[in-house]
Amino acid sequence: MSTHSHAHDDHHGHDHGDGASHGTFNSYLIGFILSVILTAIPFWLVMDGVLDSKVATAAWIMGLGVVQIVVHMVYFLHMNTKSEGGWNMLALIFTLVIVAIAIAGSLWVMYHLNTNMMPQMDHEMIRSFG
Amino acid sequence: MFSNPDLLHFIFGRLSLDSFPMFHEPILAVTFAGVVLGGIVVLGALTYFKLWGYLWREWITSIDHKKIGIMYIILALVMLLRGFADAIMMRAQQAIAFGDVAGYLPPDHYDQIFTAHGVIMIFFVAMPLVTGLMNFVVPLQIGARDVAFPFLNNFSFWMTTAGAITVMISLFVGEFAKTGWLAYPPLSDIVYSPGVGVDYYIWALQIAGVGTLLSGVNLIVTIVKMRAPGMSMMKMPVFTWTSLCTNILIVAAFPVLTAVLVLLSLDRYLDMNFFTNDLGGNAMMYVNLIWIWGHPEVYILILPAFGVFSEVVSTFCRKRLFGYSSMVYATIVITILSYLVWLHHFFTMGSGASVNAFFGITTMIISIPTGAKIFNWLFTMYKGRISFDVPMLWTMGFMLTFVIGGMTGVMLAVPPADFVLHNSLFLIAHFHNVIIGGVVFGMFAGIVYWFPKAFGYKLDPFWGKMSFWFWLVGFYFAFMPLYVLGLMGVTRRMNHFDDGSLQIWFIIAAFGAVLIAIGIASFLMSLVVSFIKREELRDETGDPWDGRTLEWSTSSPPPAYNFAFTPVVHDLDAWADMKKRGYVRPTSGFLDIHMPKNTGAGAILAGMSLVLGFALIWHIWWLAAVSFIALIGTAIAHTFNYNRDYHIPASEVVATEDERTALLAKQQA
Repeated sequence: MSTHSHAHDDHHGHDHGDGASHGTFNSYLIGFILSVILTAIPFWLVMDGVLDSKVATAAWIMGLGVVQIVVHMVYFLHMNTKSEGGWNMLALIFTLVIVAIAIAGSLWVMYHLNTNMMPQMDHEMIRSFG
Repeated sequence: MFSNPDLLHFIFGRLSLDSFPMFHEPILAVTFAGVVLGGIVVLGALTYFKLWGYLWREWITSIDHKKIGIMYIILALVMLLRGFADAIMMRAQQAIAFGDVAGYLPPDHYDQIFTAHGVIMIFFVAMPLVTGLMNFVVPLQIGARDVAFPFLNNFSFWMTTAGAITVMISLFVGEFAKTGWLAYPPLSDIVYSPGVGVDYYIWALQIAGVGTLLSGVNLIVTIVKMRAPGMSMMKMPVFTWTSLCTNILIVAAFPVLTAVLVLLSLDRYLDMNFFTNDLGGNAMMYVNLIWIWGHPEVYILILPAFGVFSEVVSTFCRKRLFGYSSMVYATIVITILSYLVWLHHFFTMGSGASVNAFFGITTMIISIPTGAKIFNWLFTMYKGRISFDVPMLWTMGFMLTFVIGGMTGVMLAVPPADFVLHNSLFLIAHFHNVIIGGVVFGMFAGIVYWFPKAFGYKLDPFWGKMSFWFWLVGFYFAFMPLYVLGLMGVTRRMNHFDDGSLQIWFIIAAFGAVLIAIGIASFLMSLVVSFIKREELRDETGDPWDGRTLEWSTSSPPPAYNFAFTPVVHDLDAWADMKKRGYVRPTSGFLDIHMPKNTGAGAILAGMSLVLGFALIWHIWWLAAVSFIALIGTAIAHTFNYNRDYHIPASEVVATEDERTALLAKQQA
């Protein structure tokens, strides 16, 4: 049986059926307002010195930064679990795993290194960070 | 002439007449004279034969993935000669520099040579070989007409080349880093390396890194989005699978290298203190971060080689690959696990028993999927009708050699053993064992295997076999003595030894390097001899090895559009399946084919990046500003170029395909 396709496939077709929406005015507006709020809060935390502890402030800023990333992905990049046939979600999970390994691993490695090799620095580090 | 030093400094930055080492180093003077003479001959020949226009139109501006793949491999072979010249100089120095004999290389020069050797071999030989092979083969294997972003592909290649040129410039203008191939601080900080060497290192890798990263994105999109209809993930050829995983690793790992080099640049250029000894800097963080890139990097190099071996074994044993799905899952497992082992490069740094134990165990675990692959290849050979063509020889040489390298790797994965062997010649022997025995053998297997596809004639088997045997035997002579020396406690990067009893081992190693030199020469010879005998070695079928995957269904070399009709895939090893089911090649009904157009923008942008890098290295700030603005301006201007595509008219497709029909008919007659 001869099995060749006569389909003229030039790889330039714009496929709109891939599950990713292009967004509406409302969704862009929601994304914009959320981004502004999520940017304003860290400024407020730092400028008014709302929290007593610097570590807590830094942690809040990091946390809000992560939420900001999610807002951008959902409202501006139109990512959801089904866009691009699931490849976007798979890529996101892979990225999260790698980033988590790199950050958690580095912290773990460097903390042990510091404790073992620089014992006298421990309390200095804590003081300067506190 | 100018007499104002401020003005001179403004115009030339750190560059002065003293920056040209060939005026005071005889070795470099001779090399420089050779390069100038050779360069004049090449440029003269290009002008005499009026090849400039041809080169510009057909190659430099080409966005054809096949030509870009070939150019990557040419770049790698040229850089291999440079990297190997460094290697043989080191071997010669270490073979003679004992006791009262200082050898011919002063430490200052020797340190640049071992750094350049490592940087060139990894970034400008192994990487372009791997990227070149993937570029050439992947679109053909998945039945696509080109990669997803053809212009980006051309730009990536030229950025890689610009990085390579930056390293080469350091040979004659200034110096190269004397820090070892990863440029660990504090040695690479401005205090201990005030010269331009480390800056050459940084900007060469940053420029080439842009190319590597973009080519990674390009190939991922190509594989995910452009497979022929019917080719589900689990029907992809193994080489395409390993390419996909390699490019995922590239995209995930190379930004870490970029970031860590940016931090080092900030330390060197703007007096920051990320990795300095005081003011809160921590040099160990550099080591930690660069190995988060560095370990995935070794799998970036070896996975495509595994893919090549899988294709070669099944083709030359006339069998389906044993354990296709286990091969795929082993590749995926390696992809993930390669991010969990980086600390084994610095067990001795002092993270303590718990951290070392974790990374020691993950390192031993990652050898399991690799071992599974070895068994898959062995079982494919079992009861296969093996033909011992050159690619198969490289594959068998790999299986033997790589297993030895893998086992010494597992030895190094045991932290207490590593405390004895760390930074010794045992380590050097180990990683050359896996990189030469794995990556280099794999790339040679791939080049010999796909050469007829690229050029339409096979490589001469006699010189191919010469090359294989000299490389194989030369490798054992060159690196087995290093295992012995490493176990005796000899450390790496030494330029002189006091203990004369060690000399014999270094002489044996130098002899091995000479054998490898003959191996390289034989490979070049095989290119020349095959070109001369090309009519005799011509392949008119497009399928000289009775191949199994789609690239062998096209003519050799394939037309610019690869496939007149997109093939439809029904099974693994699509082409073998099509042949078995009596596939009839379509000979009519051709349509116009929509193709991307050549553009010089990639080469021009890369040229500007080269100037920018040079200006930053030498602190020529006005030139840096000008070239940076020109770079951004040209990139923006290029986006307004709408004249990017054309159609190959159906009549031309008919002519090309009819020619092939006639050739195939001649074969059958």
